[in-house]
Amino acid sequence: MDYSKYLNKTIQSVKPSGIRRFFDIVNEMDDVISLSIGEPDFRTPWHVRKAGIDSLENGKTWYTPNRGFKKLCQEISGFVNRKYNLDYNPDTEILVTVGGSEALDIAIRCMVNPGEEVLVHQPSFVCYEPLTKMCGAQAVVMNTKAENDFRLKPEELEAAITEKSKLLILSYPNNPTGAIMTKDDLQVLSEVIIKHDLLVISDEIYSELTYKDKHVSIASLPGMRERTVVINGFSKAFAMTGWRLGYAMGPKEIIAMMTKLHQYCIMSAPTVAQYAAIEALKNGDKDIEHMRSEYDMRRRLVVGTFNAMGLETFEPLGAFYCFPCIKSTGLTSEEFCTKLLHSKHVAIVPGDAFGECGEGFVRVSYSYSINHLTEALGRIKEFLEEL
Amino acid sequence: MDKLLRLLSDNSTYSTSELSMLLGESEQAIKERIDAYEKQGVIKGYRAVINWEKVADSGVTAYIELKVTPTKDKGFDEIAERVMAFEEVSSVSLMAGTYDLGLTVKGDTIQDVSSFVSRKLSTLEGVLSTATHFFLKRYKYDGTVLTDTAVDERCMQF
Ligand SMILES: Cc1ncc(COP(=O)(O)O)c(C=O)c1O
Repeated sequence: MDYSKYLNKTIQSVKPSGIRRFFDIVNEMDDVISLSIGEPDFRTPWHVRKAGIDSLENGKTWYTPNRGFKKLCQEISGFVNRKYNLDYNPDTEILVTVGGSEALDIAIRCMVNPGEEVLVHQPSFVCYEPLTKMCGAQAVVMNTKAENDFRLKPEELEAAITEKSKLLILSYPNNPTGAIMTKDDLQVLSEVIIKHDLLVISDEIYSELTYKDKHVSIASLPGMRERTVVINGFSKAFAMTGWRLGYAMGPKEIIAMMTKLHQYCIMSAPTVAQYAAIEALKNGDKDIEHMRSEYDMRRRLVVGTFNAMGLETFEPLGAFYCFPCIKSTGLTSEEFCTKLLHSKHVAIVPGDAFGECGEGFVRVSYSYSINHLTEALGRIKEFLEEL
Repeated sequence: MDKLLRLLSDNSTYSTSELSMLLGESEQAIKERIDAYEKQGVIKGYRAVINWEKVADSGVTAYIELKVTPTKDKGFDEIAERVMAFEEVSSVSLMAGTYDLGLTVKGDTIQDVSSFVSRKLSTLEGVLSTATHFFLKRYKYDGTVLTDTAVDERCMQF
């Protein structure tokens, strides 16, 4: 059977992520020491796991309301108010989803029509462009620059805008660069956004992992709330990736539409995870602080070591990645990573996996124990000396 | 608690340059702080964590609960000092609960430990009773997991 004749043309046109090839090699080797993982190495805090276990023991195994438990929406509302000064009505402006991933998918689907343009800055998380294409819309890529600390500049946004521009996807703290946007950066950006009447999806999944200043949400700036959907979740802040729980917050008209979509394709996010999440939001502040301070130590070690090795690494202020520049070696990102993998059995991710402009960089995750990091960094140092 | 101490208690082989990066302090400051801790007797030494389970002829270890009569002036200190003077005894602590002193005792064989307990320990003045427990297998010791270390089960995602 020639499946290409039968299957959806739009989805066929989205190319599978190139990085899979690299991952396949990694998976075939044993004894690989990896700095390539994009999730916390911490386990979900025990009291949070316990809340999930208790809900199962008590037989709480039914669907929840489509938008999530009311109690959970209330806790989310309180949490984002306390942390980011955001103000969302738990009854109408918050939707609990299957990870930030689902929230991103349905937000894009609710906001764009075929033929419209979605502005995506890169290097960034890999799903924005494919999800846009699957809506029949066009992704317009803006390349952020190392000399600007990978922040999106208003002139870069301005230059990418056309009459077809509909939506900007903002992704800070950033995977893979570790970049953040300060309040001032967001302020000047928001003027361009408002001037051109754009909608915004702000993916703030790493908002609890910042190392100097507290995270600022663009939705807290004047004139932005009405045009922004904020995406967040439990995966990174509470080390809950496997529970698959996230949320979207925005004006009630947009959330209502997303809820309609969510209701038909998902019904409701996992029940056990929602019970655990309520506990996480209520009593998880000290867990966040503990993990944040561990990441912070590792961050300084990894960034300091790369710079000392001669691979220029700008100081990441968020998430748990750093993004060393490897141009001085004369290798491409993929060559660098493949050689490193074969000769030293260390896995890191080529920067161009996060957009073409990531070429010349590699993503190093520091979501590992210090001992593991020192071993891997030692091997990278040997690798560089042997080049 | 000072993170410097926590880091060194996890791994005493960190270089000052590593510690300086981890803690965001200058190498000089780290050196001075370590020196001060050594002088104050906060840092008492640096040693390897050895998994004796994997070493042949590494002997036996027992945990011994001791009930004692405290002395009038020095309470439990006097008897504790006499107990810890034995080279067979590798640790001594005063405990709250149903017994007073908790000791670990090492010997080449079970017989060695037993005879130490019956001849030397229980005959000490002030010792009321002993209860000896032999270690069969250690799974985790002083924060270190000794059984084969868990593999990283995380998958490659972005
Ligand atoms: C920037 C970014 N957004 C969203 C996600 C998705 O997270 P989840 O679906 O687990 O909430 C990730 C995961 O790596 C991410 O890095």
